[in-house]
Amino acid sequence: MSSRRVFNDMQVPENQSLSAHREWIVSVSPHVKSNETVAKIMWTVVACLMPPLFLSVFIFGFQTLIITAVSVISCVVVEYVSQKALKRPVTITDGSAVLTGVLMAFVIPPGVSIFLPVLGAVMAIYIGKHLFGGIGFNIFNPALMGRAFLLATFPVAMTSAWLAPVDGMAIFSYFGSGIDAVSTATPLAVMKEQGMAAFTEMFGSGASLYSSFFLGWRPGCIGETSGFLLMLGGGYLIYKKYITWHTPVAVLGSIATFTFAFGGDTLFTGDPLLAILSGGAILGAFFMATDYVTAPSTTIGRVIYGVGIGALTVLIRLKGGYPEGICYAILLMNPLATVIDGFCKPKRFAGPVGGDK
Amino acid sequence: MKSLLTFLQGGVHPPEAKGQTAALAIERMPVPDELEIILGQHIGAPCAPTVAKRGEVTEGAMIGEVKKGLGVPLHSPVAGTIKAIGTSAHPMRVSAPSVTIAVNHDAAPVEYAKSDWTSLSGDELLAKVHDAGIIGIGGAGFPTHVKLRPPKDAKIDQLLLNGAECEPYITADHRQMLEHASEVVEGARIIMKILGVAKCQIGIESNKPDAIEMMTRAAEAVSTADCSIVVQGLQVKYPQGSEKQLIEALTGRKVPAMALPSAVGVVVQNVSTATAICDAIVYGKPLYEKVITISGKGINKPANLLVKVGTKIGDIVEYLGGVKPELAKIIMGGPMMGFAVSSLDIPVTKTTSSVLFLTEDEIDTTPHSACIRCGWCLEACPMGLEPKEIGIHVEANRAENTAKFGVFDCFECGSCAYICPAKRPLVQFVRLAKMKAKR
Repeated sequence: MSSRRVFNDMQVPENQSLSAHREWIVSVSPHVKSNETVAKIMWTVVACLMPPLFLSVFIFGFQTLIITAVSVISCVVVEYVSQKALKRPVTITDGSAVLTGVLMAFVIPPGVSIFLPVLGAVMAIYIGKHLFGGIGFNIFNPALMGRAFLLATFPVAMTSAWLAPVDGMAIFSYFGSGIDAVSTATPLAVMKEQGMAAFTEMFGSGASLYSSFFLGWRPGCIGETSGFLLMLGGGYLIYKKYITWHTPVAVLGSIATFTFAFGGDTLFTGDPLLAILSGGAILGAFFMATDYVTAPSTTIGRVIYGVGIGALTVLIRLKGGYPEGICYAILLMNPLATVIDGFCKPKRFAGPVGGDK
Repeated sequence: MKSLLTFLQGGVHPPEAKGQTAALAIERMPVPDELEIILGQHIGAPCAPTVAKRGEVTEGAMIGEVKKGLGVPLHSPVAGTIKAIGTSAHPMRVSAPSVTIAVNHDAAPVEYAKSDWTSLSGDELLAKVHDAGIIGIGGAGFPTHVKLRPPKDAKIDQLLLNGAECEPYITADHRQMLEHASEVVEGARIIMKILGVAKCQIGIESNKPDAIEMMTRAAEAVSTADCSIVVQGLQVKYPQGSEKQLIEALTGRKVPAMALPSAVGVVVQNVSTATAICDAIVYGKPLYEKVITISGKGINKPANLLVKVGTKIGDIVEYLGGVKPELAKIIMGGPMMGFAVSSLDIPVTKTTSSVLFLTEDEIDTTPHSACIRCGWCLEACPMGLEPKEIGIHVEANRAENTAKFGVFDCFECGSCAYICPAKRPLVQFVRLAKMKAKR
């Protein structure tokens, strides 16, 4: 290249010329990529869960914030230790452990000891996630693994540490006072164990019942009570195209349908609206059943999976030993996700002439 | 304004990044001292040189031809002396046989006279297209005369011209349509005569409204009752310029897997190929020059250049005032499907559409992580394939089982890898799978 012609008057500076030693990147196309990352998705989901968390502080007291914080910190620490122990790259900043921590706190009662989420984190992150191979390889939803483990090992605390919702500024009264004094029972437990009459006496009926349940003023797990705020967050995820509407609609639609059909004293007399608004149905439908790793990835697969979750939820609620069933319903459907993906294929552009061989 | 068409399934919207060069008129680059002309420019058999070392050639003289098999002749872009018959650097094949010509700058430029082609028969036109060395310059490099001679049993009812230019950064076709609209239309008329069809649609994405307007005017000027040329606006969506996607967008027909467009009665040509056909038939000028886009934040002076085939990237860089210190990656072709190059000695071929000089902030260097099975690649894939499964299987050393996920229908548009939040190199996985999978 010594006899290079000077094309024009422009003199090329030495550091911009090709004669200067330079190195550049060579890799496979595409060379540009979207600005979506796993971390951005995870942190967005975490952000969408913040309004229900703040509401839970408002209705159950600061205890919920402490439990959630302990759960998140435990999950991050367990993730760090697991990845160190398993000699994998540490990825605690990608938000997935934080998300598991928030979700696990959301499905445990507000009145439990703060040591429960620590134990749950070990189960969720170390056994439920990293022993399966880490993010992307876990078969079961880690947060629900944590909850299932706690439910099996601390059945009394996990089914009785409920707090009654408080009005207005009463949250400040929790400072320095015992919390078990105000324990109560969840709507689904009252319905299951004491019957509809006791339920109506305790929670009322009609529009005021639906509206207080929809807004979140009812006993329940930390993050599951406010259908309104959960739908707001879930709706944002749908708007961002991080999740599709098919899964939540399939889950909630089938819970409503099956409850309407079988939830009453006779066929087709159940209360579908109450079924959606109680328990963890909305939290599960928008934030657990849509977990990428443990759910199918085609639209038709997601519908089948969602209907399966809804059906199992209603089955457990009506016939099972627990008042609420969505946790086990999702855990039961998790391993079927890849099976469903196996036969729910995306539609090909066009098959070969004469059809597939 | 007619409604904008597009293909139905999949697709992504990468940043268009065409602003750097869209307004720059095509500029003729002075001929460098030396050209390296790669002998295998097209799909098919590479040319054998018909010249010897130290031989003299004139501009437009044949320097290579294909004796057996699929191919077109190769012409000298300049007057000069054959300096060597050896090898050149190549973006995909590392090195490739080539002819090096030392340019004689004192030779008088060749004048091409306009001639009337309307009296020629389709076969005569077809022979001229072959003799002019014309190949699909949109990127694939398939010999055009073969594409214009569809199987006898195929009933072709229309010609489609591809002016989508869906790859980011590239504006070469855009400028061709703006500055040479009548040549594009003339090329279309020639192709229509060869094919014996009366209908032609020109698909242009709506981010080039000026090109749509110019082309519409040029098309209306020549359209008659038995020769209808219609310009159709398309939605901006990648990969609209892919043959099957363009056919679906313009006609609603779906080309079956492993089949050619003639199976659904259409032939597709790039707008730049149409201008090359016009040059060859109307002026008798073989294809040895190419309009390419030089863009990206890493080059001092972005441009749309008319260069001789065989011009080395290094010569273009010197002409455009050098590169910026932040330059991180050089790409031949577009950022979605182009090849990153490691050497500036690589020469431009007939199928080069652009050379991009990208800085760190324009490219993605994030390391990839495990698949989280979000399914976004399934939604982005225009062919309805399963990129995530192909990637998972390749990583698990089961590449031979990937045919069932559609790996052989993949044309490597990169939509899946573009959208993947885990930044997985899905195109790389597909290429590996194609090598190992059993059909």
